[in-house]
Amino acid sequence: MSVLVDRDTRVLVQGFTGSQGTLHSEQAIAYGTRVVGGVTPGKGGASHLGLPVFDTVRQAVAETGATASVIYVPAPFCKDSILEALDAGIELIVCITEGIPTLDMLAVKARLDLTDARLIGPNCPGVITPGACKIGIMPADIHLPGRVGVVSRSGTLTYEAVQQTTDQGFGQSTCVGIGGDPIPGSQFIDILELFEGDPDTEAIVMVGEIGGTAEEEAAAYIAEHVSKPVVAYIAGVTAPPGKRMGHAGAIIAGGRGTADEKFAALEEAGVRTVRSLAEIGDALAEVTGW
Amino acid sequence: MNLHEYQAKELFARYGLPVSEGHAADTPDAAVAAAREIGGDRWVCKVQVHAGGRGKAGGVRLVDSEDAVRAFAEEFLGRNLVTVQTDAEGQPVGKVYVESCTDIATELYLGVVVDRASRRVVVMASAEGGVEIEQVARDTPEKILRAAIDPYVGAQPHQGREMAFRLGLSGTPVREFTDVFVKLVKLFHELDCSLVEINPLVVTEEGRIHCLDAKMNIDNNALYRQRDLAGMRDATQEDPREARADEFGLNYVALDGNIGCMVNGAGLAMGTMDLAKLYGGTPANFLDVGGGATKEAVGEAFRIILSDENVKAVLINIFGGIVSCATIADGIIGAVTEVGVNVPVVVRFEGNNAAVGAERLAASGLDLVTADSLADAAQKAIQAAGGAA
Repeated sequence: MSVLVDRDTRVLVQGFTGSQGTLHSEQAIAYGTRVVGGVTPGKGGASHLGLPVFDTVRQAVAETGATASVIYVPAPFCKDSILEALDAGIELIVCITEGIPTLDMLAVKARLDLTDARLIGPNCPGVITPGACKIGIMPADIHLPGRVGVVSRSGTLTYEAVQQTTDQGFGQSTCVGIGGDPIPGSQFIDILELFEGDPDTEAIVMVGEIGGTAEEEAAAYIAEHVSKPVVAYIAGVTAPPGKRMGHAGAIIAGGRGTADEKFAALEEAGVRTVRSLAEIGDALAEVTGW
Repeated sequence: MNLHEYQAKELFARYGLPVSEGHAADTPDAAVAAAREIGGDRWVCKVQVHAGGRGKAGGVRLVDSEDAVRAFAEEFLGRNLVTVQTDAEGQPVGKVYVESCTDIATELYLGVVVDRASRRVVVMASAEGGVEIEQVARDTPEKILRAAIDPYVGAQPHQGREMAFRLGLSGTPVREFTDVFVKLVKLFHELDCSLVEINPLVVTEEGRIHCLDAKMNIDNNALYRQRDLAGMRDATQEDPREARADEFGLNYVALDGNIGCMVNGAGLAMGTMDLAKLYGGTPANFLDVGGGATKEAVGEAFRIILSDENVKAVLINIFGGIVSCATIADGIIGAVTEVGVNVPVVVRFEGNNAAVGAERLAASGLDLVTADSLADAAQKAIQAAGGAA
């Protein structure tokens, strides 16, 4: 088992025929992901990468039975694309695109909260269940099917954590990039809940960064609800206050959202934290006894 | 993106928010002309910089003669203003704002922010106006009133009224405060703000509500649909290296250490800085070359990092995802040859084509130090920069 996606997940690609959509769909298909088609308005009826192209998500869902969708459309059109996927009944929406206006995401999130659908991202690498389904832009070959659930706000930091768990031979159940935006579709808590309930996930790696209070909320959740060992790393101890560190959400504002506060909250909750991102794998070995 | 007070007040006026008559001036003559146009015999002169704490730094002055207006402009224009919120160099003053004088009975605070925890636009108000709101939030959080705005129906008058009554207002000011509340949220939404603050919002001696100051930050991600606002950008207020990095799609933030960092991905860039610090070094900067780093971007990244004379070594940490380390290696080789890098460069490659990338660096004959792990890279960079701090 795994969380969010598996071998049977039927994936639709929004922005299928664009350069990003094409590149990453090719890689997903090569990985074995069940990509069932794509949507590019105005190109309905065409074929791309040997798969059908539809004008609307609703048509695509009706024809293919897709339950998941990945969005590669440019930022100005993402609000519309996410809401279209929601309206068409897609259960899992993964938005890779970076640079969506915050107010667009506030509106999307308010709608999303009224449904049972999940949004992963935006501004994220995507979701992968190694050996089964890859939705997103992460490099496939660093992954290994296994027992660690990885959840992270940063793309390349996810890859670091994944590489270390692969090098140690633990492998990953599912890796989820929740993204670096201030208003993400899913938070740490949402994914921690899934990992806790997944029999194949035996330990969890959580990678956070400065800005907001999602890590503090996760710490409180872990203390109450998570029985599996958790290793956490927070990036940005050296980040100056008031400066946006690349990600729209990575900013210490009004003196809040520092890495030290987050480390403290997680340690309080019994989480094994590491100050060096090179030590994630070793810490995992230590807390699990593997 | 930050706006100046005079720009924010111009936008406030368009939305019908009560602001004083005022004009921005970039010469002493223009400042005097502004005072004449406003009329009267008392004015407020305010230095226009992207930083708070102007008043305490002497950058806001009540004056009662045209000579005093001229003296203020002559004193500040072309100079830097240092406040508690700037670095030691301060911010350059290109404009002073001259506005009419307001009699103040009460000072309030009114702000609009995106609250990440509740995922709503939230209006905050406090009867403790004129002081730093962060301090009020820390010391007496109960004194800050909050109203969450529904993204689909917008600000409602009853929310403003409730806030006004709880602030202790009565009579006409309640109606005017409510009006400001609704209009301010409308402005926030329509102009894609990330922050709007009026500190202080004042009740005048005549019982009118008036925006004495105005601070606006715009969501950079929305500038594509806010062309007018994009044109209000004042590059003189930004760190020149950060502005240049931005032009090349790089994210750069200057710090005060001696190890220049070049990394792909924002999280990993922070993680790399932290690692340098953990091993006793000090990072000179945050720099994310992005996912699709080209040879040109890598070259520019080198130029920006090396324009900081404190940099004694460069640490390159690349986790090849979509981008191949071989491509990055070519970029580094090209850039080092072209730019003429005269400090040690430590490179750590991982992921996509890492081995090929490392081979190319080795075969280039350039003086590059390769590292075989993250910790190794950080330690070698610190050593190259002259040891731990």
